[in-house]
Amino acid sequence: MFEELSLKLENTLKKVRGQGKLTEKNISDTLREIRRVLLDADVNYKVAKEFIEQVSQKALGKEVLSSISPGQLITKIIYDELTILLGGDRSEIKLNGSGLTTILVVGLQGSGKTTFCGKLSKKLKESNLKILLIAADVYRPAAIDQLKTLGSQINIPVFSISEQDAVKTVRLGIEYAKENGFNTVIIDTAGRLHVDEEMMLEISKIKELVNPTESLFVVDSMTGQDAVNSANAFNEKVNYDGIVLTKLDGDSRGGAALSIRSVVGKPIKFISNGEKLDTLEIFHPDRLASRILGKGDIVSLVEKAQENYDELEAGKLEEKLRKNKFDFEDFLKQIKAIKKMGSLSSLLGMIPGLGAQVKNAQIDDKALVKVEAIINSMTTKERIAPKILNGNRRKRIAKGSGTSIQDVNRLIKQFGEMQKMMSLMNQKGGGNSLLKNLKFN
Amino acid sequence: MVMFNNFNFSKLKEGLTKTRDKIVNTITETISGKAVIDDKTLDEIEEILITSDIGYDTATNIIERTKISLKSDKDRSGLNILGTVKKELISIFDYMQIDGEEEKINKSKPYIILVVGINGVGKTTTIGKLAHNYKKAGLKVIIGSADTFRAAANEQLDIWAQRAGVEIMQKKQGTDPSSVAFDTIRKAIKEKYDIVLIDTAGRLHNKSYLMEELSKIKRVINKVLPNAPNETFLVLDGNTGQNALVQATEFSKVTDITGLIVTKLDGTAKGGVVFQISAKQKIPVKYIGIGEGIDDLQTFNPEQFVKAIFDI
Repeated sequence: MFEELSLKLENTLKKVRGQGKLTEKNISDTLREIRRVLLDADVNYKVAKEFIEQVSQKALGKEVLSSISPGQLITKIIYDELTILLGGDRSEIKLNGSGLTTILVVGLQGSGKTTFCGKLSKKLKESNLKILLIAADVYRPAAIDQLKTLGSQINIPVFSISEQDAVKTVRLGIEYAKENGFNTVIIDTAGRLHVDEEMMLEISKIKELVNPTESLFVVDSMTGQDAVNSANAFNEKVNYDGIVLTKLDGDSRGGAALSIRSVVGKPIKFISNGEKLDTLEIFHPDRLASRILGKGDIVSLVEKAQENYDELEAGKLEEKLRKNKFDFEDFLKQIKAIKKMGSLSSLLGMIPGLGAQVKNAQIDDKALVKVEAIINSMTTKERIAPKILNGNRRKRIAKGSGTSIQDVNRLIKQFGEMQKMMSLMNQKGGGNSLLKNLKFN
Repeated sequence: MVMFNNFNFSKLKEGLTKTRDKIVNTITETISGKAVIDDKTLDEIEEILITSDIGYDTATNIIERTKISLKSDKDRSGLNILGTVKKELISIFDYMQIDGEEEKINKSKPYIILVVGINGVGKTTTIGKLAHNYKKAGLKVIIGSADTFRAAANEQLDIWAQRAGVEIMQKKQGTDPSSVAFDTIRKAIKEKYDIVLIDTAGRLHNKSYLMEELSKIKRVINKVLPNAPNETFLVLDGNTGQNALVQATEFSKVTDITGLIVTKLDGTAKGGVVFQISAKQKIPVKYIGIGEGIDDLQTFNPEQFVKAIFDI
């Protein structure tokens, strides 16, 4: 969209060329276009209005330079303003150094609270905290079961009582945590509408009782104009410390984040994407700004790669590549490493400039699963020496992996070509230098 | 559309009261007593429409149409302008036909209803309410729990099935969802059920492998019964903004959505998304969810809906 936006703005600014300066008159069409873009992205009506005033103030009087087009100039101003609005530096979660850290999680129904609680526990567990989850959603059928299932997946105990009393659950849960040497509790509360007075009273009571170290408001990034109303109402009752933005792996433009951020003034602390428990990301305003504008998020991608990068394995792999001994066994490891980083589509979405293209192309994560299944159905011997794969073996592999013999043939052929490419690279003095040559040509 | 006779207008109004008060007060304050509709008035109407998630295009469109139809009208009172805006909004739903659902069900039993949507929109709750309503209408209902992915989805649906007093078919977490759909329909044919409701896992519409899974479920259903699924309902969260439009488009690509169900309209969100999708994609809105109780699902009625939003 960044390119798209630039282009759109360029069209509205055609007449500005040669006029020297940006004036109220010559950018009025442009501002209208920006407004439309923001409203289409679900930025709140009033927030969009203010935002445009700011952009317009910054833009007015700016000289139109020959080196940079007016469209690019305004796009740059929008990007900078957006980053400022999304909120300065990143903000970490508070932990209570000496006593019990209590984290309260609130939000509307279906915003993703329970899944987030699971992810946050997993993340905090990695810092060696002893965590207890408290299941205070006593209303939604099976909500407690859901949290228990998540808890058991990551080995974190879940506290619940049989009574349908959220306040009591929390009180007893905290007592239990203190008695049993836990240093962190995460309280998952029921989803509630901000206009439900009874339920909002309940959340005030819980907040008062716990006086949490950190309270977080979970919000679906696809939320529309009403986001500011619920965010405000919850803030009045809970005065939360930060916001958790969920489902950003969808294709919503996430304007709600901008609205909430600017209306409530609380930092966005986490991004919670997907139901797999290892995909909790810390929020970076600049990255979201560029993501909203379609610039991609290369920093996240690099970080993800680093997190999952095993240096020892990489060293071994390099050695194998050099000796031209890369086999199916190594290939399988590579696939697993990629899968650890997330889905292919989410990875590609992070590459700058690819955003729009990826949207049109069908990135089939299942293809990877297929390849993995085929290799899994090979014997170790076959993986190391694919040459022995005759017709019968291929038939067996197709059957074993639930694929067709054509799929197996295709994979083996592609793998053969890959090996050829690699040996070619080696002959030319190693893959690295080949790449270097390419770069300079 | 006439299956449910529990349409309770006052309850809908109650749910939308806070919304309605705000909108109507603003509009009447804005335009009462003005002789001409000036740009400021139109801007304020635009604000009301846009903050209802109606969308920039649709809002602009409605205002243009209102302007045109008021051109020849000498009555510039607030009430008349409001009435014109309302009329324009209702006309968006003109294409919707009241289809004899009862007749359709009688013609093809078991009647298979597939329920789809992204995560957290309220699919499972909606299925519970649908089951309850069909049961009340005297039909024999079975639910197939094809959300084999989310933790405790089975348990949640099971509780709803018990509340509605209907049969449920479940398999353990991680089973191929198509096989649940398959077995449920086979059982429904054998044991002469009237209605089969298939719950599916929430999936983001931009995950191609999950959408592929959905089209597989549909293919499998189609294999057991050539005309099935008879209905595919897309559940939308009433809080969702413009992305709902993309959801409707993307789900339509894999499943032929025959109706929309908009949930969570008992808050302050206006569900203006409904106008958007109807104007652009012509997918009829069937039901709206206005609470967590088993009776809180209502037949969508365009006039009542618009009326409930704007009535003083």
